[in-house]
Amino acid sequence: MTIVRDPHLGGRSWVSAGRGWAPERGGVDWVLAGVAVTLSGIGLLLVWSSGGAELARRQGVAVGLGLVAMAVLARLDLRVLRSFTPVFSLVAAVLLAAVLPLGDRVNGARSWLDLGLRFQPSELAKVALVLVVAVPLAHGEHGPRARGVLAALGLAGLPIGLIMLQPDLGTALVFTATTAGAVLVSGASKRLIAGLVLASAGAVAWLVTVARPYQLERLAVLLDPSADPDGSGYTAAQAKIAIGSGGLLGRGLFQGEQTAGGFVPEQHTDFIFTVAGEELGFAGCAVILLLVTALLWRGLRIAAASASPYGRVVAGAVVSWLAFQAFVNVGMTVGLMPITGLPLPFVSFGGSATIACLAAVGLLQCVRRTRSAIISG
Amino acid sequence: MPRPGRLLVLHVVIGAMLITLLGRLWYLQVADGPAYVRAAAETRVRTVAIAPVRGRILDATGLPLVANRTVPVVAVDYMALTHQADGGRAVLARLAEVLREPYERVAERVRLCGGEVRRPCWPGSPYQPIPVAGEVDVPTALQITERQEEFPGVSTELQPIRTYPLGPAAVHTLGYVQAGTGQDGLEAGYDRELAGTPGRRDVVVGSTGEVAHVLREIPPVPGADLVTSLDARIQQVSERALADAIAGARRRGLPADSGAAVVLEAATGRVTALAANPSYNPEVWTGGVSQREFEALPLASRAVLGQWPPGSTWKVASVAAAAKAGYDLSASYDCPGNYRVGDRSFRNFGGLALGRMDLREALVQSCDTIFYRIADELWADRRDGVLGEVAKGFGFGARTGVDLPSEAKGAVPGTGDLPGHAANFAIGQGDVLVTPLQLARAYAAIANGGTLFSPRVAKAVVRPGGEVIRTITPPSGRVPVPPDVLAFIRDALTDVPRTGTAATAFTGFAHSIAGKTGTAEVSGRADTSWFASFDQRHVVVVVVSQGGTGAETAAPAARAIWEGISL
Repeated sequence: MTIVRDPHLGGRSWVSAGRGWAPERGGVDWVLAGVAVTLSGIGLLLVWSSGGAELARRQGVAVGLGLVAMAVLARLDLRVLRSFTPVFSLVAAVLLAAVLPLGDRVNGARSWLDLGLRFQPSELAKVALVLVVAVPLAHGEHGPRARGVLAALGLAGLPIGLIMLQPDLGTALVFTATTAGAVLVSGASKRLIAGLVLASAGAVAWLVTVARPYQLERLAVLLDPSADPDGSGYTAAQAKIAIGSGGLLGRGLFQGEQTAGGFVPEQHTDFIFTVAGEELGFAGCAVILLLVTALLWRGLRIAAASASPYGRVVAGAVVSWLAFQAFVNVGMTVGLMPITGLPLPFVSFGGSATIACLAAVGLLQCVRRTRSAIISG
Repeated sequence: MPRPGRLLVLHVVIGAMLITLLGRLWYLQVADGPAYVRAAAETRVRTVAIAPVRGRILDATGLPLVANRTVPVVAVDYMALTHQADGGRAVLARLAEVLREPYERVAERVRLCGGEVRRPCWPGSPYQPIPVAGEVDVPTALQITERQEEFPGVSTELQPIRTYPLGPAAVHTLGYVQAGTGQDGLEAGYDRELAGTPGRRDVVVGSTGEVAHVLREIPPVPGADLVTSLDARIQQVSERALADAIAGARRRGLPADSGAAVVLEAATGRVTALAANPSYNPEVWTGGVSQREFEALPLASRAVLGQWPPGSTWKVASVAAAAKAGYDLSASYDCPGNYRVGDRSFRNFGGLALGRMDLREALVQSCDTIFYRIADELWADRRDGVLGEVAKGFGFGARTGVDLPSEAKGAVPGTGDLPGHAANFAIGQGDVLVTPLQLARAYAAIANGGTLFSPRVAKAVVRPGGEVIRTITPPSGRVPVPPDVLAFIRDALTDVPRTGTAATAFTGFAHSIAGKTGTAEVSGRADTSWFASFDQRHVVVVVVSQGGTGAETAAPAARAIWEGISL
């Protein structure tokens, strides 16, 4: 796919065309917004089914707050947002650091902070990361040089390190994937990317060859205590049973016996997809996955249409983040991925995560809105 | 626009992820879906057996010997307890407090039997509710039901339990039930009919075992009633007579350690009463029995499991054998005070010389020396085999086949090896052993003209509504003794209670019966006291181990039973 567009022509040319010569700023991507709202709605129903009305009400509040965040971000100018990035990132880093001594321990990791309102600083930090790594990576027509890439890696390394100290391997991997996606779309040279890939592959290979399997398992437990808390594979087995028993069309919303019996631990949070699997079946699961894909596709479209390298890197980072998190989450519920404590974007119960994901959509809207503005790196 | 191809990489990655996940979901949900539906049902559905009401055991007149009563029973779900954090310790401790019992007592009943674990323990399945308190009062039951959150895994249910309207009457014959299964006596012998068919309730449970709702319920089919030929009144009379005889013997300084009484219908082989001593009260089964209590219980019925040398009651077989060997029953034989076999002197009972008499009188007076001589002569002629042959023809040395789960065989040893064996054998001494039931059916054969029955306690299996499912008839064979010999024995034995060895015991007894005393000597122990008796309708056999002579202990007990029968 080669996307070569006049920066003055909007991505949604069938809309823009009617307005004559392209406006300086694009409008809201209603498809993107609609998909995000639909996914959040499906999430609400699934939370209701598995967690009850009270949790659904709380998730409803989170979705509302998230939509507000989305709307606010969509109305901002990307240049303004960028100018706030240093402050924003500093706040996120401080909160991430604060969680280590002050946080509440859930499933063995300190990832919750209670400042009158209980939230996960790591979710806030995801939004900050997207904005901050894009700064050194957004560099002119030919992409960043090695210095810029190293700077981005350094900026990402700080929160990743703090998150590994919680410890929360899953979230750290999301940060890594987000940064990798940002580097990829930034236009860094193939040689640079090949070098990074080789370096990380080497590190992984070294780890695998030097360590024995049980050591890797212990390491995995050490890095991510939320993985399989019983140590018996119970969660993985129950997740597969719940999903598998849904069949083609599912048992119907609110009709899932496995869901009603509470056999899958953490079902309304990390394992929400098992509710979809049992109650909505293959058809419902496919709809959710297609909606997620559609959202990511709209994100990539916005990245492609962005005239500014900064906007393009931000959009690419957001897409990488959501794609990685969604794939790992669904992958673990269907037994393709090891169990890590990651929520399914937009769908899982969880205030911080839901707001962060909707805010990310707001970032995409913001990029789209400011796509023609040239922001130099 | 820098390197738009990079976005293509993301497109491809996202597309690959989508295809991977959809493929995996198709495999899980559609291709392999049915297997997961089954797995889901297995994790969700628990099947609980519903115990059917067990059939009653009735006496010949329809009086219940074993019935059921519905009581609140406190039961514990073993699986639920083991899944609690402390293995159910806290719950059992609270339960013990409510039941006003020590914690250990309650905990013992909940552990599973097997291996090193000794009673009390639960012999059934861990998935069945385990009753920990047989019968609790209603306030206690309510306390547990109303505070269910303090007693997870504990349930109070109305459950049928066995009751014994006549107390310990016929307890050995009836047997007992543990964990829903008949363990002895009729309860075990007719367990299939009595038990009925359990129903089942499929319940949907949550991950912590709490019941969400009932999926389906198949009601149990109640067990059939067992009608027996036992006569509750005669049974009780027999038990009392036996107990009195034992008590009386003990007052006379005899050990009288145990005893039995058997009443059969002479013409049909049906069992009217089976009394065994020592006995116990069947109410012990409702509360749960400790290992020590269990081991101390006299569970063996001496009527079918006790075996003793028969003494002179055995002479009926010896007379029949003598007749078969060609001895003239009415010829005159000398009854000296002792008889020499080889270099040993065999004393008559009491060492008395009774003069000349025929074999009829030899039975009535219970002369031993005449039988010593006959046996010795047969042995010398190598014809002593007839003694054992006729004894086996009367059913000795073989199980009677009564419809009770365990029975002793008795013993009919060989007589040929040494001089004296045959002589001892002829008067029911030495290594000859019989059970009271064996002796009773042999005397029934004499009474009824030669039909040897395999006795039966049960008469019919009847549905709760009254419909007869099957009737039970005692199988029979023939005694290889000519009718005139049996008639001779019958006639001779009528004189025993009148003028013979049992005359004292039956002084003033109106009814006309025939009988034979037996006093078996056992070295190092007191004599075994026997009395075997019959009229046209019944046979009554009484034995008291270490109870002295047949005349002094067993005969009066038999008289008491006869008085009960002829009331």
